[in-house]
Amino acid sequence: MKKRFAPLLILTAAAFAYAPLAIQRAPYESTMGLVQKIFYFHVPSWMAMFLAATVCGIASAIFLFAGRKSYDRIAVAGAELSVVFGLIGLITGPLWGRKAWGVWWQWDARLTSALVMWLIFVAYLLLRKYGGSGSEKLSAVLALFGMANVPFVYLSVNIWRTVHPKTSVVMTLEPDMGRPFLVCALAFVSLCALMLLTRVQLENRRAELDELFLALED
Amino acid sequence: MASESVVASGDRAMRSAPAARSSFLATAWLITRKDLVIEFRSREVVYTTLFFAVSCVLVFAFSFVKEGVAAQDAAAGILWIAIAFSGTLALGRAFERERQNDTLRALMLTPVDRPAVYIGKLAGVLALLAVVEAIVTPLVALMFGAPVLDHALLLAALLAAGTIGFAAVGTLFAAMLIRARSRDVLLPILLYPITIPVIIAGVRGTGVLFQADVDLPMARLWLSILVFFDLVFVTLALWTFEPAMKE
Amino acid sequence: MDFRSLTFTDVSRHFGRRRVLNKVSLRCEAGEVVALLGSNGAGKSTLLSIAATLLDPSSGEIRYGDASARAAGADLRGRIGVLGHELSIYPELSAAENLRFFARAYGLSDVDGAVTIALRRAGLDHRDDPCARFSRGMRQRLALERALLHRPRLVLLDEPFTGLDDSAIHALRERLGELRAEGCIVLLATHDLETIDGLADRAVLLLGGKLVTIPDGSGTLRERYRRALHG
Repeated sequence: MKKRFAPLLILTAAAFAYAPLAIQRAPYESTMGLVQKIFYFHVPSWMAMFLAATVCGIASAIFLFAGRKSYDRIAVAGAELSVVFGLIGLITGPLWGRKAWGVWWQWDARLTSALVMWLIFVAYLLLRKYGGSGSEKLSAVLALFGMANVPFVYLSVNIWRTVHPKTSVVMTLEPDMGRPFLVCALAFVSLCALMLLTRVQLENRRAELDELFLALED
Repeated sequence: MASESVVASGDRAMRSAPAARSSFLATAWLITRKDLVIEFRSREVVYTTLFFAVSCVLVFAFSFVKEGVAAQDAAAGILWIAIAFSGTLALGRAFERERQNDTLRALMLTPVDRPAVYIGKLAGVLALLAVVEAIVTPLVALMFGAPVLDHALLLAALLAAGTIGFAAVGTLFAAMLIRARSRDVLLPILLYPITIPVIIAGVRGTGVLFQADVDLPMARLWLSILVFFDLVFVTLALWTFEPAMKE
Repeated sequence: MDFRSLTFTDVSRHFGRRRVLNKVSLRCEAGEVVALLGSNGAGKSTLLSIAATLLDPSSGEIRYGDASARAAGADLRGRIGVLGHELSIYPELSAAENLRFFARAYGLSDVDGAVTIALRRAGLDHRDDPCARFSRGMRQRLALERALLHRPRLVLLDEPFTGLDDSAIHALRERLGELRAEGCIVLLATHDLETIDGLADRAVLLLGGKLVTIPDGSGTLRERYRRALHG
């Protein structure tokens, strides 16, 4: 753990330090102007959320079927970070949308699937907090079902929306926008990885503490 | 301590009670039949769920009535919301019974196939919801002038496929939550996000059947999505039932 | 699948930071009635749940004969009978219906025969009404017969004497004696020392998560229990 921590920290810090510069230097988008620049933080947040969610889903499956308790701790970390990064995405999205197109929200497939996924991980955390003992297995099932569910949400909303006219997010991506986007994507993904490691560390320490506590009684 | 000979004769008596494991479907039917018999005796869950579904429809109907005329498009939505809400209630009540008498644990102690227990409970819930829907759907048709009889078979298929999807996830979650705290509110919190595709497909599919110019291919498309959902999630539930129920 | 002994080796179980069982080792043989004593919350129910395969230990091993629970599979459950605190019978069904349901669940070949015998044993063969109308004693008798329907090798009872009157207690003591004669392994949790005195072959005490054997010797069980507690 410690070995990966330091280089990741440096990478994240560097990426975030450079990001504002890169964003400032990036050209303005033709139709939206300055507001479009939220995109550099908005999309990477969703990427980070997706990463955390996938980690949670896979760890939950391993925990459920192989019974390895350590994977439950990874799943919790993944779920918490999903909610955090998802929240950033959910706040930046409407802010951008309102200014750019005049609407706070749109019921298109991508947005709706992302929202549902976020809700599922909020439900995960609520279950763990208020479900009492034994909710580890239940939340693992929820995470698994949640991940399996997302393609269905995407599919059904897509079909739903093709029947009605939609105001889609069409952006002209100029070549110079590639670099700041990559920097921000890297920054957010490595931040997510960093926070995952830290959070799992915290859970591992808690488990160790419990074991020491029990050993003390002997 | 009993003497060796007494223990030996006791052993012989023990071994003369062979136990064969019943087939998967036989077990599932055993459980479904038990649930149906119990429900038939008291009729508590079916009456209360039915009444709740009707109240739901009324409340929503009043919310969407403009100048004394109910909104046409609202019919499909209201029908499925009523199914979702009353379904959640029925699931909670059905497992509350098992919880109070600790009978699910006794069932888990028998050598029966655990997935068969899941299917048995699921079939019981589906039978209950079928009764509720059989009454609520004509009610909705009456109140909103929705053409229920025109494509009755397709409508029934949509309702069946959607209810199976909803109940499949709901039965698993309700069984898992049996020993959890705050289980009453946690069931809808966990269930609704997962069953959003069911609601979308159900409402849209029913909606195109209710509108003036019926779009049959669209309805069939929604039906196939529901069936696909059912296959995936029933399979997933069968896989996860046993590891999830182990304490 | 059958076995002649139940062996707990260094079994521990904790719930978060609360240690309920601490390196418990116990061996019970066929034809033995072992009394599991301890105050409320001592961990008796947890121990029984682990023996019933309902709960996994945090560490340690449980063996049924030579086999572990995982190796034995689902058939093991058919050799274990449990009478829990909650009785686990369906109040809306009659006694016969309850027994018939569980007889089928256990895959018994002669369902009707087994149910008739069990009903007679419980003294309930003339009752056709739902179990909700039964007294505690009657429900307990039914639940016991339900637990024994499939003639299990291992019989686990959690506070079976609760709420029973004298005749019911006497009937239960007789039944337990019969089980011992048949070669069952009977593990019984109770804090009713007077009733279990003379019935149990052995008594063990759960104290602070650890298992303490109450030695045979002079005096009543209560006296020996006190000595083990404070000795």
